[in-house]
Amino acid sequence: MEATIDVIGVRKRFGRTMALDGMTFAVRPGRVTGFVGPNGAGKSTTMRVVLGLDTADEGSALVGGRPYASLRRPLSHVGALLDAAALQPSRTARDHLLWLAHSQGLTGRRADEVMEQVGLGSVARRRAGGFSLGMRQRLGIAAALIGDPPVLMLDEPFNGLDPEGIVWIRGFLRSLAAEGRAVLVSSHLMSELQDTAGHLVVVGRGRVVADAGVAELIAAASRDRVTLRTTARPEAMTVLAGTGATVAAVDRDTLTVSGLAAGRIVELLNGHAVPFSEVAAHRATLEEAYMELTRDAVEFRAAMTPLEPGTDREGAR
Amino acid sequence: MTVVTPYRSAVRGARDGFAQLLHAEWTKFRTVRGWVAAMAVVAPVVIALGLFSAAGNSSSCSDGPKVVPCPAVPLGPGGEAVSDSFTFMHRPLGEGGGITARVTGMTGIITYPPPNHDQIVNGLVPWAKAGIIIKESTRQGSAYAAVMVTGHHGVRMQHDFTHDVAGRPASAASPTWLRLTRSGDTITGYESADGVHWSTIGSVRLPGLPATVQAGLFVTSPADLTVKPNAVGGSIAQARFTQATAVFDNVDLRGAPPGTVWSDDQIGQSGTTQWEQEHKPAGVVSSGGTFTVTGSGDIAPIGQEAGQSIEHTLTGGLVALIVVMIVAVMFVTAEYRRGLIRTTLLASPRRGRALAAKALVIGVLAFAAGLVAAVVTVPPATRILRSNGNYVLPVSLLTELRVMVGTAALFAVAAVGALALGALFRRGVAAAVTAMVVVVVPAVLATASVLPLEVSRWLLRLTPAAGFAVQQSIPDYPQVIGDYSPQAGYYPLPPWAGFAVLCGYAALALALAVLRMRRRDA
Repeated sequence: MEATIDVIGVRKRFGRTMALDGMTFAVRPGRVTGFVGPNGAGKSTTMRVVLGLDTADEGSALVGGRPYASLRRPLSHVGALLDAAALQPSRTARDHLLWLAHSQGLTGRRADEVMEQVGLGSVARRRAGGFSLGMRQRLGIAAALIGDPPVLMLDEPFNGLDPEGIVWIRGFLRSLAAEGRAVLVSSHLMSELQDTAGHLVVVGRGRVVADAGVAELIAAASRDRVTLRTTARPEAMTVLAGTGATVAAVDRDTLTVSGLAAGRIVELLNGHAVPFSEVAAHRATLEEAYMELTRDAVEFRAAMTPLEPGTDREGAR
Repeated sequence: MTVVTPYRSAVRGARDGFAQLLHAEWTKFRTVRGWVAAMAVVAPVVIALGLFSAAGNSSSCSDGPKVVPCPAVPLGPGGEAVSDSFTFMHRPLGEGGGITARVTGMTGIITYPPPNHDQIVNGLVPWAKAGIIIKESTRQGSAYAAVMVTGHHGVRMQHDFTHDVAGRPASAASPTWLRLTRSGDTITGYESADGVHWSTIGSVRLPGLPATVQAGLFVTSPADLTVKPNAVGGSIAQARFTQATAVFDNVDLRGAPPGTVWSDDQIGQSGTTQWEQEHKPAGVVSSGGTFTVTGSGDIAPIGQEAGQSIEHTLTGGLVALIVVMIVAVMFVTAEYRRGLIRTTLLASPRRGRALAAKALVIGVLAFAAGLVAAVVTVPPATRILRSNGNYVLPVSLLTELRVMVGTAALFAVAAVGALALGALFRRGVAAAVTAMVVVVVPAVLATASVLPLEVSRWLLRLTPAAGFAVQQSIPDYPQVIGDYSPQAGYYPLPPWAGFAVLCGYAALALALAVLRMRRRDA
């Protein structure tokens, strides 16, 4: 089976709320794909649709090219952590993994293996009800690994982890991806995915607002804005606005310009003999890129995919 | 983009089949200590209640101030308790032959019947019997076949206590010719209005009939039983002494061994009451070919009024069933409560199969608990009751097995139904309360004397509580008037029919649960 997830035009409505509005993206093997967006953007719903727990009103979600419900021994194809609290509190950690193992025709040995893998070996016989959220996350990851699947989907696995745990999970996810697995990790905080995800799928309001590599995203967010320092603010604004760029005054002698590359700005100002002291292409952080992307999905899409801004704008409004 | 070698799993599992799901569900069950503990106390609760109440229950019979062994209740050829009391004028009969007689009339008395209960009236109870009989011997409970005129049910042919075939609806007042012929083990019954034109009522085999049997005339009359509703619900059964007298003529017996003569006997309790001795003794008066036979009693199976039935040792069953159903509900609602159901459905995306595996596991566990409970309760408790002088109605081994296996099956199906309610409602309390309201509450209301009789009966026909019928060991007979009320231990549906009602409800709940599981997002 191909280690992929394909989400194609999925729509899902809960009552009057459009939870997923044409969600489309693909997850490829060999890298950690971050699935980010604000709370309520549709990350968990998308995952549930992929896993066959929720049905899509429209579109399809495939794992290795097949719907989840058609998989035999599904946990050996896909491992998922949806809700770390989904445990019978009186069952021990090992017993929780044991029944999962049995459901896939595996033995208790596999339960012990994944337990060691996530570092829960010493608490295997303790009741899961007494676990901290961080331990539950580890147990949930162990459960996802029970069938040694090529595809992993983890919903907010960083929640409740202490800093040490976060460092551990980042390394762990990277190593899983390095083995050739497709790893999809959702988070509502971009910072959690820093240094972990090689690829990002940014979602807002039930649709993908960006689907790109981390470097690409930063570049895209940065390309947009140039900071200009000038003593002749009114003249500069006139010249630059005349080309169709968006110009905003930051303070008495600083402007930000959107829609024009730094080089072009220099050319224009020189051509019109407008004095300036500094032109700085803004180098965005991943966090900033994310903030900008999710602040208003529509504006971003117009900037990222300039070929069809009109249709997108209408579709989103 | 770099070329990636997709991951190849190193873990090899066995087949993905239903067996794996069952294994997983069993692992789930046995790893929650509370459920295991609850299921484990089911059998001990039933056993303890059954044995303790049997040990604390004793009865004795006295003759005046003297305690004597209670009189043995005769058993019919099928092993069931029977009443076998009548006036019998008889003569031996060989392997071939028969007896013919005409019943010219039948009269009787009923002592102190309603409404005023203040006098003895002339009349016949519906199942007063007068006719001819071929019987293995004069021993109570021995095999027989008889044709007879009855008080209100016309001509009948009956044999071996539990079997009854209707003939013509002849009146007890008009003369009726009756005939029985014997050919080896086969007895055939006939009737005629004129002694010329005969019609067959039926033919029965009495296996193992000895070469010489007793044939002759008999009269008997069962107690006048009325069941009236009680003011506070339930009912009161009352029985009054009755006596019947029939006049026979044209008595013709063929096939009697040479040298044998007619004699008459009181079989069983016929003729033993003070009233009979003082007013009209039971017996035979003959005058020139006419025989006037007077008797009382009955030739019929007796029911739960005569003693306890084996299923009464399972009084703890209801409490145990409540425990079983609550565990069954929690087995599924605990997963909904924690969101664990999603993990279950990830492991088995085919939702119907996932629920089926759960149902099978809880069903088998409940069956096992019920079976242990019944098998360790019924036979020992029955033995204890009997050793304490109590009369426990005998039943065949097959019936005893049916009561025990039926109890186990009742537990299993009720558990599956409760589990289905849990999956349907997804809420533990709602599902458990519903299970109690549809199974336990109707059973309790119908068998405690709080509802009118018919309401009780309908409850036990229409609700899942009908399933308790599978525990009824003593059947009711249409040819015997009895207090066949739920409170007396009689269910309105036959055992397996009642059980089928419960199965139907459980299947419906399970189907709805699967449907809802499939349709709804998890």
